[in-house]
Amino acid sequence: MNRFYVMLGALAVACGALVFYLLRANPSAPQAATEVPVTVVDDGFRGYTLGSDTARVEVTEYSDFECPFCASFAAVQMPTIKEQLIATGKVRWRFRDFPIPGHLYGRYAAHAAHCAGEQGKFWEMHDQLFYNHGWAQTGKNPTGLFRDFAKAAGVDLTRYDACMDSGRYASRIEFSRQEGLQRMVDGTPTFYFNGVKFTGPRATSDVFKAIADSLGARRK
Amino acid sequence: MRHRQAIAALALVGWFLALYLWLYQLGVGGPLKCGTGGCEIVQTSRWAAFLGIPVAFYGVVGYAAILTAALVALQPAWLGRRSPILLLAALATGGVLFTGWLTYLELFVIHAICRWCVTSAVIMAAIWIVALHALRTTPHAPLSRTPAPRTDP
Repeated sequence: MNRFYVMLGALAVACGALVFYLLRANPSAPQAATEVPVTVVDDGFRGYTLGSDTARVEVTEYSDFECPFCASFAAVQMPTIKEQLIATGKVRWRFRDFPIPGHLYGRYAAHAAHCAGEQGKFWEMHDQLFYNHGWAQTGKNPTGLFRDFAKAAGVDLTRYDACMDSGRYASRIEFSRQEGLQRMVDGTPTFYFNGVKFTGPRATSDVFKAIADSLGARRK
Repeated sequence: MRHRQAIAALALVGWFLALYLWLYQLGVGGPLKCGTGGCEIVQTSRWAAFLGIPVAFYGVVGYAAILTAALVALQPAWLGRRSPILLLAALATGGVLFTGWLTYLELFVIHAICRWCVTSAVIMAAIWIVALHALRTTPHAPLSRTPAPRTDP
């Protein structure tokens, strides 16, 4: 009997040590992907797009992955917009990054999306980041969670890790933000219909459909 | 006695596992160590809390209850009795149903697997099997006999 309690005590110590080790190892998000780059270079990239190149209307969205309004728009309005406007060839959608400076991991999330994008999975990662938006409210380091998102999006994790460590898209993201500032983006999400800023009170799929129909009719 | 010892050891491991997940949900430590699994998707999903309380906390309480019951069952006064095993089997049945439901959510609703959660489900299932086996092998207490009334010669 005593031998059993000694073994149980040893097991408790071993398990306790393992939990302590697991909690203590706390890798930080790679700095290269989280900080504003020192130099910003225009690499010619103008955002990921959805829809036909021949669509009469192009909507450009400036968005921040950590922004709750952007997440709500992506989860609630975007599916209908995709179905009724993008899939039907009426609208082409362009996504531009506009990470808000006060957001702790918005820039990091944008980088994760670009690292997925280089493997052809930008929109899948975009959906993962917006549909599972709990990470933006917790303030916890989302390094592991974003890897999970990347895996769920079908991204090769070895290449993803290398991309995140390199921070190779930090300059592209900052370029997009500066472009937004020049275009008078003052919050997220901000939309432009064929280059004209949308200033309506509510960005809903119905409003977008009405504007797209109106612009499309004018161009016929 | 071996059954009760096995249940105590399994419950101890399960308790530490649940403690790790609970501390993560409280914000202690960094990202979950999960290999290539989807632990954080599961742990940050809306299913990570039940009735407003983190699911992992139910694990901490549940395993603590099983561990306590198993340790009490190992005391000499309780060793020959069947009631502690009945209690352990009842607790383990609740645990198996709960972890089974969580595993279902992972597979068919969240579409992500948390390895720690699956490990917990396996531990709970093992406790349940051991408890059922103990229940089958522990004999019922003999019925007490009422002494026959004395009759005068």
